[in-house]
Amino acid sequence: METQDLQVRLRGEVHRLVAPRDQKYQSNFVEFRNHKIVYRRYAGLFFCVCVDANDNELAYLEAIHLFVEVLGMEYALQLLWCKPNPYPDSFFDNVCELDLVFNFYKVYAILDEVFLAGEIEETSKDVVLARLEELEKLE
Amino acid sequence: MVYHNLKALIKGIRACKTVADERALIKQESAAIRASFREEDSYARHNNVAKLLYIHMLGSEAHFGQMECLKLVASPRFGDKRLGYLGIMLLLDESQEVLTLVTNSLKNDMNHANMYVVGLALCTFADIASEEMSRDLANEIEKLLGSSNTYIRKKAALCALRVVKKVPDLADHFVNKAKNLLADRNHGVLLTAITLVIEMVQSDSACLEEFRNAVPLLVRHLKSLVTTGYSPEHDVSGITDPFLQVKILRLLRLLGKNDPQASETMNDILAQVATNTDSTKNVGNSILYETVMTVLEIEADSGLRVMAINILGKFLGNRDNNIRYVALNTLNKVVSIDTNAVQRHRNIILDCLRDGDISIRRRALELSYALINENNVRVLIRELLAFLEVADDEFKLGMTTQICLAAERFAPNKRWHIDSVLRVLKLAGNFAYTASKLYNALRSDISQESLTLAATWVIGEYCEVLLEQGLVDEETPKSVTDTDLVDLLISVLDSPYANYLTRQFVLTAITKISSRPTASASQQERIQTLLASYTTSP
Repeated sequence: METQDLQVRLRGEVHRLVAPRDQKYQSNFVEFRNHKIVYRRYAGLFFCVCVDANDNELAYLEAIHLFVEVLGMEYALQLLWCKPNPYPDSFFDNVCELDLVFNFYKVYAILDEVFLAGEIEETSKDVVLARLEELEKLE
Repeated sequence: MVYHNLKALIKGIRACKTVADERALIKQESAAIRASFREEDSYARHNNVAKLLYIHMLGSEAHFGQMECLKLVASPRFGDKRLGYLGIMLLLDESQEVLTLVTNSLKNDMNHANMYVVGLALCTFADIASEEMSRDLANEIEKLLGSSNTYIRKKAALCALRVVKKVPDLADHFVNKAKNLLADRNHGVLLTAITLVIEMVQSDSACLEEFRNAVPLLVRHLKSLVTTGYSPEHDVSGITDPFLQVKILRLLRLLGKNDPQASETMNDILAQVATNTDSTKNVGNSILYETVMTVLEIEADSGLRVMAINILGKFLGNRDNNIRYVALNTLNKVVSIDTNAVQRHRNIILDCLRDGDISIRRRALELSYALINENNVRVLIRELLAFLEVADDEFKLGMTTQICLAAERFAPNKRWHIDSVLRVLKLAGNFAYTASKLYNALRSDISQESLTLAATWVIGEYCEVLLEQGLVDEETPKSVTDTDLVDLLISVLDSPYANYLTRQFVLTAITKISSRPTASASQQERIQTLLASYTTSP
């Protein structure tokens, strides 16, 4: 129970910290307790990671983008939408909050192929997508 | 009503008009799920757990589903296993007894014939393993580090990372396997192996020595990433696997620290990366930034250090807030060591005082304090005073102190010092801090003429602030009485350091004190007696 309360509280705190920030005049980093939040905004969706004070913030911005690209790529879109992506070359413009909500468990499956134990696990989008395809066949 | 699957439940919750409706619905659905769990309905289990995890995501109690997740994990169907492990990752925390049962499931699945099942077990372990679980499964993890399957090797490497974080003593368990992995040709495996080694060398000094001789190998890896042309699989805006480059640079930093020979071995490649990496996009700058941090921490030659500081100087002119932010942060860390190299970028640092982003202004301000010396004190104080006029209120308090301290320390002459302090007082909205600071300074030392003059003037001018707010630079404000103030000023008057000028200042100050409504009758009388004795004095 305690951990769950903590999770909910942390989520609220991070939200209050990040949501009102100015996109033009502020950096994508906020100090948070003894850590830093690195975040990136895609339309109405915020992706936030919490990193150590001496971590490379710029590299984490790239890591977020890698994940977002994987999320939005053709195969992942099929996973999320259960239909072919009409715009195979563009990413993420086509994924909206609802897709992520209704398929939250698949988002976790995708996340688990990119990050593990809080670290980046795979940097090749092709490898990740091929694995996801295999995983889906096993369902 | 009871929702027959996850999608129906999500739609139901989203259709709720009020928070109260939503709560009622979740409560009702939770009760239904709980009842269904009691019936041991294995067909409904998958659906129920999926719904429960969604409810959990919304912040409601869902821990009663833990055992059901374990039952799903024991199912032969892959879909059930996957959901079961997801449930375990989300619902369990490290302290629970259910973990023993989870440990057994993980052990079984780590030996499963299907690599994806092994992958699920490794993924779960890497995210939730406790200290006890780490001890129990360290051997399995070590075995899987030697797997012929890259998918399993890379996940096992991050499981080993989890083990080392939980039980640092177990680090030497993985040394040999980790050494082999550093030579792996697969990027994913190499990346995770380096991540593991970074943790190992940080937690254990014996490991650090073990891995020093990996420096030439790491240098070769980095060189091949930098020199290979376009490689579609790992390309990010024209750069080959920036994530791997950043990790290699980070490990090099740890291995080169305090080791001149290792530092020498990496000197050339660091220079090459610093010179050739494209700085027009964030991705290139993330590598340059990591390179700079490595150069500044190892035993790099002075040319390379200057090059690193210059990269940061260039960052300061970048239009991207993020780049300026990291540059100022890093310069703040090194300014005490590489002061001269940082001085060269003084003008652009001062420009950052007018940045649109307050956290950039804050860091630029800290950096400017560190840059003040005898040679530039006039210029820098002038700039800071100009900034004080427009500065955010939250900066003013700190700035008044910093400017006064620097003005005192590096003053070219007394007049300049007094002028500067007076301008601070004129500009800053809040004088209490400065007044109490100067009061304390004067109390501990009355031999410095310029300090005495400034403090005396301020105490006279702002005695009311001092009397009302007390001495504010301590944790709890300490009150100060008008007797204290007059005592202090008279001690200046009577001291052997007193001269014509200081006497004038003191007499003016006490006259001011006596004329304020805050002065007590006894002190007014005391001051009048004193002034009377000076009426005939020169």
